[in-house]
Amino acid sequence: MNLDFTPDELQFRDEARAFFAANVSEGLRARVRTGTRLEPAEYIQWQKTLAGHGWAAPTWPAEHGGTGWSPTQYYIFESESARADAPQQYHQGLELIGPIIFTYGTPEQREKYLPSIRSSDHWWAQGYSEPGAGSDLASLKTRAIRDGDHYVVTGQKIWTSYAQVATHMFCLVRTDTTVRKQAGISLLLIDMKSLGIRVRPILTLDERHHVNEVFLDEVRVPVADLLGEEGKGWSYGKVLLDRERGIACASGLRLGQYVRVVKDCARGVRVGRKSLLDTAIFRDKLAQIEIEMVALEYMGLRTLADAVAGLDSGPRASMLKIRWSELLQRITELWVEATGYDAANFALIGSNQGEPLSGNMPHPVMSYLHARVTTIYGGSNEIQRNVIARRSLGL
Amino acid sequence: MDFALTPEQHQLQNSVARFGREYGDFAAWRRMVAAGHAFDTGNWRHMAELGWLGIAIPERDGGLGGTPVDTMVVMEGIGCSLALEPFVSSCVLAPALLAGAPVAVRETLLPGIAAGEVFVTLAQAEPNGRFDLSHVETIAVPHGGGHVLTGIKSHVMDGATADWFVVPARTRGEMDDTDGITLFLVAADAAGLVRENMRGPDHRHNARLTLDGVAATALLGSLHDGLAVLERAVDAAIAARLAEAVGAMDALRDMTLDYLKTRQQFGVAIGSFQALQHRMVDISTACEEARSMTYQAVLSLSLPRLARRRAISAAKARVGQTGMFVGHQAVQLHGGIGTSDELAVSHYLKRLLMIDLSFGNADHHRALFTLAEDSLALEMAA
Repeated sequence: MNLDFTPDELQFRDEARAFFAANVSEGLRARVRTGTRLEPAEYIQWQKTLAGHGWAAPTWPAEHGGTGWSPTQYYIFESESARADAPQQYHQGLELIGPIIFTYGTPEQREKYLPSIRSSDHWWAQGYSEPGAGSDLASLKTRAIRDGDHYVVTGQKIWTSYAQVATHMFCLVRTDTTVRKQAGISLLLIDMKSLGIRVRPILTLDERHHVNEVFLDEVRVPVADLLGEEGKGWSYGKVLLDRERGIACASGLRLGQYVRVVKDCARGVRVGRKSLLDTAIFRDKLAQIEIEMVALEYMGLRTLADAVAGLDSGPRASMLKIRWSELLQRITELWVEATGYDAANFALIGSNQGEPLSGNMPHPVMSYLHARVTTIYGGSNEIQRNVIARRSLGL
Repeated sequence: MDFALTPEQHQLQNSVARFGREYGDFAAWRRMVAAGHAFDTGNWRHMAELGWLGIAIPERDGGLGGTPVDTMVVMEGIGCSLALEPFVSSCVLAPALLAGAPVAVRETLLPGIAAGEVFVTLAQAEPNGRFDLSHVETIAVPHGGGHVLTGIKSHVMDGATADWFVVPARTRGEMDDTDGITLFLVAADAAGLVRENMRGPDHRHNARLTLDGVAATALLGSLHDGLAVLERAVDAAIAARLAEAVGAMDALRDMTLDYLKTRQQFGVAIGSFQALQHRMVDISTACEEARSMTYQAVLSLSLPRLARRRAISAAKARVGQTGMFVGHQAVQLHGGIGTSDELAVSHYLKRLLMIDLSFGNADHHRALFTLAEDSLALEMAA
């Protein structure tokens, strides 16, 4: 047992540190540091910066244009990125569909899609949830009916992140209604410019437009854009499970960025002669979170070490998702708490519109509100608990 | 980076597990405590024969010169089987406290500890100091070439069965000063020493000491400068205690999961109910957190002081919290039977309660963590 990096890993750490020092602009760093959520254009720009350095796809194998890094290198990359207040890469193309394409896609599909994911010339949205299929995703109803060389797709998707800017959507559809519900599902790669697609924005509780409804009305999708085999769409998600370990491990690292933001905020808030950060009750709450983050970090490292050694981590990736999202929510709750009365000043009205607000508002409240989604998306924490109970505890 | 055990450590782990199966019988444990014994002397002898008692003792002092990971492996087994043997006090804490002791003292005590024939423990806590290691009111004054000690040591773990005490006493300064604390060796049968024995809810036999002009047998380490050694030794003991907690928590988790699968109500196994499944997942997650924290603590023992403080206190706080959670939920999910004395569940809860208390509870260590975290941040900024 040891926590040491090898000389090669240390050298790589220095290389990554130098890269982030040189390539994260002050503007970008300031936005990350104040907890501002990035716009798609900023994600794209950052992705292009990484791509220019050959680091577009840190979790992909080299044969598919990835870096071919070991899990430890990926961890080092992510921890240096978080340390330098660099943004996280946008994940839906890179982590959710890219690996399915290079694992199950045809050579033509790989060639057509993978380079544009790496360069972020394509922006992928995930078409999974439907109004009647949330936690019970396999009951999805969007129909795809074969018509010659095309599927004709009709139905509705919901909670589709960034569909308003997406060039493509990977979409679970029902190709067979006569079999067990999981067995009738296929995965289609859909061009968002196709006729019959309508995107309707959904304003979320943070008053932002991240997610959408996507209506599909007899959208014609070439059969060449069926991923893998018809009826196997449900099973392709499994390839992501193993990969999630590394990502779950790395996401914990980003919590440290938020804690720095909250500390900076609390340091600047006066409570009489003291700063809020020096008041015992506030500091103690923060310390409790920081302690739980240490536990999360080491759960992540153990999971990572298992991945390196090719060992099964059991349910630890699901546990990491639960603990990470719970902690993020608590950190953002504390951020709002730190701002005090400023939290009430969500926006200026009248002639001052556009002026900056004190307390870095509205970012604390927006982040707090947006964080509510983290215990819901990617399989709600209750679903995660169901999964752990069934698969790992045998209940 | 690697969290795997070496082949030797795996071997040790197997032998600890085998020991637990052969000697860790709960019915025998209950008979032993009912008879008023502090621990099972037969088991202690076996542990000595297996070499475990010398794991944390350097080879030159008759031990095995093992690592904190070796100690962790043994302590997990001890936690799993509720063993009351005074391993942490005599075999982890004492050797670390004696690290700077005169050769004659080391030669007298350490081989005896490794052989299981000598029992040494730390007498640190005082009535007004709560968990603070630097709070030392006990006074040591020079007398006849040595020192005599006067004061009260209010909670001495495994103190009822110890032959020797390592006693921090003040040789200069005020009661909370970090400077001026000196470690002394005091014999349990020294004149002027009154020992009141009491057992904990976990059946551990502790003691309260009143020292009235007690002559110390030896001064350990350097004068006035004992706190650093004390802190290091206590941190090693904390890491060992955490491993004990992990063993106890895993045992409770397994018992509770087994119960959920076998206990029938409403015509089905109660583990089919989602409310209980989710609670069981939270128990398992708590066990994973505690294990991760324990590894982190064990691997931090060689770090510089502040980094070690941050790591150990984070772990002590979180393992205390998760341990209490698992203890409470295990009783809850067992229902009525979980509250009975004849089932092991309640005894694990009491052990975990005492583990959280030992060397300072979760709140105390959260405060220490904060101090270390803020000091480290200042260092980084400078």
